[in-house]
Amino acid sequence: MSEQGPALSVHDLSVRFTAREGDVTAVNGVSFDLARGEVLGILGESGSGKSVTLRALIGLLPPRRTVIGGTIAFDGRDMAADQTTRLAELRGRKIAMIFQEPMLALDPVFTIGDQIAEAIVRHEAVSWAAAWARAQELLELVQIPSAARRLRNYPHEMSGGMRQRAMIALALSCRPEVLLADEPTTALDVTVQIQIVLLLRALQRELGMAVIFVTHDVGVAVEIADRLAVMYSGRIVEAGTTAEVIAAPKHPYTAGLLGSSVRHARKGVPLRTIPGLPPDLRRLPPGCSFAPRCGHMAMACQQTMPALTALPDGHLSRCRRVVEEGLDPR
Amino acid sequence: MSVSDVESGTGLRPLPDRGGPAQPLLAVSGLRKHFPIRGGVLNRVVARVQAVDDVTFSVQKGETLGIVGESGCGTSTTARLLMHMIPPDAGDVVFDGEAVARPGGIALRDLYRQMQMVFQDSYAALNPRLPVSMTIALAPMVHGMPRARALAHAAELLAAVGLEPGLFLNRYPHELSGGQRQRVNMARALALSPRLVILDEAVSALDKSVEAHVLNLLADLKRDFALTYLFISHDLDVVRYMSDRVLVMYLGKIVEIGPVDAIYGAPRHPYTRALLSAVPSMDPLHRTQSAPLSGDPPNPVNPPSGCRFRTRCPFAEPVCAGREPRLALDTSDHGVACHMADAGSGHSRAAS
Repeated sequence: MSEQGPALSVHDLSVRFTAREGDVTAVNGVSFDLARGEVLGILGESGSGKSVTLRALIGLLPPRRTVIGGTIAFDGRDMAADQTTRLAELRGRKIAMIFQEPMLALDPVFTIGDQIAEAIVRHEAVSWAAAWARAQELLELVQIPSAARRLRNYPHEMSGGMRQRAMIALALSCRPEVLLADEPTTALDVTVQIQIVLLLRALQRELGMAVIFVTHDVGVAVEIADRLAVMYSGRIVEAGTTAEVIAAPKHPYTAGLLGSSVRHARKGVPLRTIPGLPPDLRRLPPGCSFAPRCGHMAMACQQTMPALTALPDGHLSRCRRVVEEGLDPR
Repeated sequence: MSVSDVESGTGLRPLPDRGGPAQPLLAVSGLRKHFPIRGGVLNRVVARVQAVDDVTFSVQKGETLGIVGESGCGTSTTARLLMHMIPPDAGDVVFDGEAVARPGGIALRDLYRQMQMVFQDSYAALNPRLPVSMTIALAPMVHGMPRARALAHAAELLAAVGLEPGLFLNRYPHELSGGQRQRVNMARALALSPRLVILDEAVSALDKSVEAHVLNLLADLKRDFALTYLFISHDLDVVRYMSDRVLVMYLGKIVEIGPVDAIYGAPRHPYTRALLSAVPSMDPLHRTQSAPLSGDPPNPVNPPSGCRFRTRCPFAEPVCAGREPRLALDTSDHGVACHMADAGSGHSRAAS
């Protein structure tokens, strides 16, 4: 294991779904490095490819209908080359995932304790009793009260927030180095959401995990992410530290998204909106895919897709006018 | 209600304002709904979900009343009770001075002419086998509008909600995006020229950039069609932006009600304060450091005695378990159901 290198390195990842009505390229040339112990937030709306990216990383896409391109290197070793065997070895042990709907992610016919202990026994050569004891420690780690009793609960006997905690415990059962989080707080009430965000933040620090946190909610992303990558129609359009992206977005889509927020809007004053709709992924425009909705669009934007380019301060932008002309997209 | 309702111009004539401007458009008092839970061999009632309990409020003409609360607090049940989709166990609903579903009051069929609802799940709310044109035209036809005119009216409404009639009239729900479906739902709600529209989490399932469009549309429609809104949402930022007054519910009860600036600027109920401080900060340099409440909202089956929030309230005292706090409005129309706000309640933090 190379301690210095990134925990996860994704290069030119693409995901194409094949279908009778035509292929859909849901993820199109996504590259990023995830440093050890870092929280990367991926922000995007439906269809932006954020969840598909996450699922590709852990091999959850239907193999017969999916064509995955590019390389995914975990600990410096390529996984995409030999997907199934390498992934099965890593999944759970080195890399784990939590989902939006714990009710769908947990097995309804086994107790929480059984599910966590099973994962531990499957990956580590320990006895059932030892695994059960670890399961109890894990429930305590995720701050579930009376953990010993809760181990014997079925998922339906728990509240939504409690189930989300149990799923986090399950994901952490084999001390993964990378945790993938797919909108884990979206279905929760606001007072529960903040508890889960704070819990994940504390666990991440305590265990030194690297986390990729996918969300559509800018507020939640700001609460948890060190760095933000913004996705639009299958591509990363902007990436930088959370503070930079929020304070000074470097892509017109990010600027539009932040500008349309109701948070600081004045009552009676219409909200600023991004005109139009995201493009059909089957028929992407030849140039910048945001160009048809962009207020700063120029002729050149419609011809070629700009590359994700680093600005002098290290902030990445896929806007030609920001990179070449120094435009402020706000 | 018959053909006489149909005006020569567009759509159905909005029904007249009967009670005058001072009469609340909707007055709800003592509304209650408990759902029985049956179990055991004899299938007896073993518990009751106290979904809505003794809820009293009114909606003034032309205002937007926002309702906030978390899952299980009874906001959606309240909306369904108002629409009489489920019958209430107790309580009175008075629409513009006329009692709803009472002898001598307003009949449900006439109520639906004046009160319509838009739901969160835009797809489930639409009939998958009906094209957009019929989805919108059906209700006016039921109320006596000739088919041709109802279809022409549907085209006008579609344009009013920002969808090109030529492109969308013949589409089916599965051919629309979420934002477009919610616009169709809004057009359908407007088809009978209602005066009150209940929006139950109507923008909650939409992407943020689409939500902004729909919120702007809702504001435009409110002005153009002289509507009154009951705006239910769990999103506190959206409620603040949309509402004139806000009502906060917890476990089937109203805990606080008041003008939007008072609720957000000077919340008085500990639950309202917790709710507001649970909203993400949006400032990477000043992240939220602690959660205002621990655990989930309790189950509305067998809620706590006295004040229902006391099990999670940092200020709970014996008086909170013993007696239920009453909601009392002050002179600025700001009301709170908390013993701490009630002078002489016996709570140590109450003024005496």
